[in-house]
Amino acid sequence: MTRKGFRPSVRLTEADVTDESVFKQRRSLLKSMGFFGASSLLVNSANVNAQLFDLFDSKKETVPKSASSYLPLDYKKSTDSSQTQTPFEKASSFNNFYEFGTNKSDPAQYAHSMGVNPWTLVIDGLCENPITMDYNDLHKQFPLEERIYRLRCVEAWSMVIPWIGFELGKLVKKVRPLSSAKYLSFETYANADEMRGVRSRYAGGGIDYPYVEGLRMDEALHPLSLLAVGMYGSALPNQNGAPVRLVVPWKYGFKNIKSLVRIRLTDKQPPTTWNILASHEYGFYANVNPKVSHPRWSQASERRITTGGLLARNRIETELFNGYSEVAPLYSGMDLTKHF
Amino acid sequence: MKRLFSKPIRIGKIPRRLLKACIHVGISGYLTVLFYYGVTDQLGADPVKTLIHNSGLAAVIILLTTLSLSPIAKYLPCGDLMKFRRLLGLYVFFTALFHLLIYTLFDLQLNIKLLLDEVICRPYITIGMVTLLILFVLSITSFEYVKRRMGRTWQSLHNYVYLALCLALLHFSWAEKTLLQSSIYYWAIGLFLLSFRFRKIKR
Repeated sequence: MTRKGFRPSVRLTEADVTDESVFKQRRSLLKSMGFFGASSLLVNSANVNAQLFDLFDSKKETVPKSASSYLPLDYKKSTDSSQTQTPFEKASSFNNFYEFGTNKSDPAQYAHSMGVNPWTLVIDGLCENPITMDYNDLHKQFPLEERIYRLRCVEAWSMVIPWIGFELGKLVKKVRPLSSAKYLSFETYANADEMRGVRSRYAGGGIDYPYVEGLRMDEALHPLSLLAVGMYGSALPNQNGAPVRLVVPWKYGFKNIKSLVRIRLTDKQPPTTWNILASHEYGFYANVNPKVSHPRWSQASERRITTGGLLARNRIETELFNGYSEVAPLYSGMDLTKHF
Repeated sequence: MKRLFSKPIRIGKIPRRLLKACIHVGISGYLTVLFYYGVTDQLGADPVKTLIHNSGLAAVIILLTTLSLSPIAKYLPCGDLMKFRRLLGLYVFFTALFHLLIYTLFDLQLNIKLLLDEVICRPYITIGMVTLLILFVLSITSFEYVKRRMGRTWQSLHNYVYLALCLALLHFSWAEKTLLQSSIYYWAIGLFLLSFRFRKIKR
């Protein structure tokens, strides 16, 4: 696990970053398009009309932040290259973080209300050396490195994102797991004062918070598993799971639990949020697998979000384990259609 | 039913034409603008999803508007409102067709095999297609000439619009990841509008 310079099988590069300037004027439009999207506006029709006029009203426009407006990090840059990266503005404005609302644009709009510094991440459970990390520890305790990973959402879209972080395995080793520790359970911050989705059952999509996820010990120790504290050269924006989140690129996006406050080592398979909500649709493993369809849609292909509008020919075949074939041995002998 | 005004409100020929022109410009304009922003990548991170969502939602909203005309016409009363029903009804079909075309051309990217698989295997897409089929049949039988030829069957055929509404809303809810999302508002409005037709539907 401590192999120096682990290289993922999929190589992606900084040089492929698509320019971010194109994105500048679209915030206001996206918002005003919400006049059909935002259901709350339908409560009275006067509001709907007001929103219609907003389509041409730029006063409300908030200038989208660029990656460089977040805290810059010290890290070892990735030299991998092969795929076009998703522009920062797209990766930071199209998020699933239901604690801030169920629309993709909600997290970017509301996540600033979450305080991320100071922060406390507790790692405990079945281990000899439970530890607590504060905000600075997250950036200083382990050397940071860049990993350019594909992110495949269970909703059949994907992105390519340059994360900055450290291997989860290094942290797990540090707490010295007992031999009885077979799983890790993860928990997201949940504070009704700062998160509108935690406050209101409707805004939060009817999910019971805190959001929880889990990994098997061997999955957590795999060198691909990353705890990310930044992306695109800077600290994570809140909507992307600041100050620390999990990134397991061979699994569907919802496994990449955000804004972590607790990691617990356990002997039993921990409950996971989407699995609790709809166990026939979302399994514990949630490995990317083109052959196992979501009951409501096919997972055989995906649309890669980079640049280009409607006409971008961005539908690509989905690969088993999202192309990270090095994780296959973790599941040898397992029926992946049963343990989806 | 109680009426708001004792005298019916009349909408003359010219205001009616103007209103119709506004409907044409409003709806086609909205779809054109959406499409333009989609092509130029100005609809957020995933323009395809935004366009599919907004066009589907537009179809639902126009359908709800169409179905609200007759209760409003009775309540005001203003019989002339009924003269807008056909135009709006046709726009429901065109907007829903636009929704399907965007899905086929830009989401599935003309992968016809995938389209067929999805229509057959995914109940919410099957339901969406059935809805579109109903809207299609209602649209081609909406001409005055056909209406006269069909006589009484016309009305019973066009009562399927209520089924289309329920299926459209089901398609909407089903496409969302969790139950408690925006579609419940549209269900509330839809059921409210259907409540006026309770007796008719019962028959």
